[in-house]
Formats: sequence, C-alpha cells, structure tokens
Amino acid sequence: MKSTGLTQIHIDLGARMAEFAGYNMPISYTTIMEEHNSVRESVGVFDVSHMGEFIIKGKEALNLVQQVTSNDAATLEIGEAQYSCLPNNQGGIIDDLIVYRLSEDQCAEGEQAYMLVVNASNIEKDFNWIKAHNKFDTRLINISDQTSLLAIQGPQAVQVVQQLTEINLSAIKFYSFQKGSIAGEDNVLISATGYTGSGGLELYVRNDQVLRLWKALFEVGQAYAIRPIGLGARDTLRLEMGYCLYGNDISDTTSPLEAGLGWITKLGKDDFNGKEAILSLKEQGLSRRLVGFKINDRRVPRHDYPIIADGKEIGVVTSGTLSPSLGIPIGMGYVKWRYRKPGTNLFIQAGKKLLEAEVVKLPFYKKS
Amino acid sequence: MNLPEALKYTKEHEWIKLENGVAVIGITDFAQGELGELVYVEVDTVGERIEKDEVFGTIEAVKTTSDLFMPVTGKIIEFNKELDENEGDNPGLINSDPYGDGWIVKIEIENSEDLEDLLDATAYQDLIE
Repeated sequence: MKSTGLTQIHIDLGARMAEFAGYNMPISYTTIMEEHNSVRESVGVFDVSHMGEFIIKGKEALNLVQQVTSNDAATLEIGEAQYSCLPNNQGGIIDDLIVYRLSEDQCAEGEQAYMLVVNASNIEKDFNWIKAHNKFDTRLINISDQTSLLAIQGPQAVQVVQQLTEINLSAIKFYSFQKGSIAGEDNVLISATGYTGSGGLELYVRNDQVLRLWKALFEVGQAYAIRPIGLGARDTLRLEMGYCLYGNDISDTTSPLEAGLGWITKLGKDDFNGKEAILSLKEQGLSRRLVGFKINDRRVPRHDYPIIADGKEIGVVTSGTLSPSLGIPIGMGYVKWRYRKPGTNLFIQAGKKLLEAEVVKLPFYKKS
Repeated sequence: MNLPEALKYTKEHEWIKLENGVAVIGITDFAQGELGELVYVEVDTVGERIEKDEVFGTIEAVKTTSDLFMPVTGKIIEFNKELDENEGDNPGLINSDPYGDGWIVKIEIENSEDLEDLLDATAYQDLIE
C-alpha cells in the first residue's frame, strides 16, 4: 500500500485506516458525524494527497485538453479552474476531474500550461488515455507522486488559512486560484474549490512541504476547533450536495447526460472524444437519469439496492447514507426516465424490506 | 480489545451469554468499532423461532448496513427497549457498551449443545487479528 506524506500522522492520531485506491488512508479519526458537523459548522482538514495531478504544457496544450475533456477549456483564463469529465468514445465517463489553467511564467514563448486533477483510483487509466490522444505539440507529465493536497473546508476555512499568508484569500473567487506562500511554504497552489458544499480552499504543495503545512494549519486552527476529517465524512458531505463519486454514481458506462452533468458537456465545441456518442444519445433520448431521493424509513439505502416502482425494478441505487445534517437516510440512483421528477414515489429494496422513497431536487443540503 | 472471557463468540462478530437459562446476544467491541457510529437497529422478529446462522435483524451505521445472525437456533423473546426506535431509540449504546447496555436480543435456546460449537474469547481473538 502507498502512503501519503501524512499517513504516519493519521495513525498517530488514532484514525481508523483503510486501503483506498492503493493508499493507506484515514476513514475517520473520531466519528463521521462529528467530523461532518465540524465541516458544516466550522472547519476541517482532509489529506487528499492520493488524488492525481497531471501537467499538460506546450504550444498545443489547449488542443489536447479540449480533445480529451467535455467542458470548454477555451473559456478558462489564467487562474481559473473548471469541473469537467473525460468521456470515452462510447460516451461513458473515464473520470471526472478539475482542469486548472496555470500561469505561463514557466512556459516558453507561445506555450500554455494546464493542470488536470483526477481521481486516485483512475490515475493510470487516465494518464494512458490522455497520452494515447496526445497528437499535439505538447507534453503530458504525471506529478501525482510528487504532489500533496490538503482540503481545508468549512465556513471558517478561509479565516484559518488567512492567518498563514499575506495573500488576500477572500479575493479568490469560487473555482479560481492563486499561487503563493502559505506558512512560509513557497509556490502553493491555493484553489477555492472543494467537495463538501461548505466552502473553503484546496492547497496543492510538494510532498516535502505537506507535513509542515499540516502542522501550521492545526496551530492557527486551534482557536477554531479545527479537526482532521477522514474519507467517511468526505463521502457524507459530498452526497448531501448531490456530487457524483466516480465508481459509484458515474462510470465508464454512464453518460454525463444521464448523470446530470450536461452542464459540463459542451456539445457546441469542436470535436472531442465521445462527442458523437453523446450527441447520438441526446438525439435518441435518454432512457435513465441519476436522481436524488430521500427515504421515509430508518433503514439506509446502499449502493446496488434495486429501485422499485409500479411493482417493477426501474433502477438501482448508486450511493446512500444517513445524512448527518438532515438526520434522514438519503441516496442517489439511476431510474427510468419517467420516474425522474421530484415528488415521484419509489421504493428501495433493502433485502426483504421495501423502503418508501421520494425523488427530491439536489442538493439535499442547502446552507441555512 | 475488550473480550470478556465468560462470553461465547461467532465468526459473524456476535457474542452470546447464558443468564438463568436465557441467552443474551449482542455484537462485539471489534464489530462496533469497525461499523462506526450506529444509527438504527431493526429487530422485527420478536416471538419468532430462528435457525442458527439466519438473520434476526439489521443494524445501520452511517457508512454500512449489517445483518444480525443467530449464533444458535432459538426463539427471540425480547428486543432491548433502549435500542428500539419506539422506545429508547439509542443505538449508540452498542458503541458505548457493546457487552452491557448495548445488548440486542434475548433468546430461548432450543438446544444448549449448539453453544459448544461457538468460539471462546481466545479463538475469537485469533479470528480478528
């Protein structure tokens, strides 16, 4: 199993550890509920150094990014980021990712640079796929093993990090970033992004910087009751927002249109991988849709439970949890097209038991 | 790891204890730790005779759902009111006191020889290591 630069810290903190995407990662340090609530109410720190990072740099860097991703990277200014996906030629999803347009101060004349941040479990698959499509005058570099990532999330996240830097962090808009010094660590990529719905920052650093940065954050965060957050609460936080998790809600065989990711699928842009397949699916009409549902029962829906309506199986659950913020079981799943509308009554098959469910609009959780 | 010597254990991480001819069943400290905070316990089999290894209930943690299995064949005679959603509704007792207040059901054992097939504390310890 691989380690991050902080694995020993997590073990020393008494975290429950488990293998995730080949890494020894913290699942929770205290309880998922406590960690979840900390992020919703104040601030928490996630070690998500297992995530993958690729640099695409060259005269035709944009061409390669446009070829492999579904969103329109041509709209990105330097310092901006966008959520996107890598479609395959059948119109399925190889991965979802964030595309950053980097500054060009390290570039030769006429070159551009992008960073792609991908799921840990897909690093090799994504890299090989992008490499196979690199017919352009550009370089593809995998910096995953040299790069660490901390997500500082919650309503007080920016305040905490602000104490460690001269950069005006509140000026960094959602889905944009700056590079600068944090806690004396140079060249930190400070990104106003996250996977929790509670705001905050993600800090990309070199591996040799991450332990010092972690310690500095916990020192200044003490006054804010900052705490480390494991992957367990990361899942409940993202699910309350209706964010897709690769491998659960989206996969090589789900279309971004079915998954509600039409907003990052720009069919108006020039040819890109999967465009034809996605267009043809759109023309013939979708047969299923990813929806959110709440459960009118104490039992919790789980991945792969059948979804039932009119006495027939009409779909399958892709994610489910007890929502710590709402106190009720919630889930997402694919249903046949005509069952997609909010207010539709469904049943979830939990073993022998049928749980009453109702399709609801996403996100489940809205800031009060 | 807390493993009382007086109890018998199963591979499914339940414990069973004989008390005045009645057996009390719960899940082990190891099991509650692996599941994390429990949010709901469902037992709707009170009064039923259930075979060894069959499901008598379900527990929900935030992250996972787990079935509860009968360590031996018997009749369910009581579900812990403190866990019952219509009474105490406090499944966290299983996390805080798995061998005490967090007991789940009481059963009448059909054949007490069934108990001999179960694991003792040492054998269970070996299983979870």
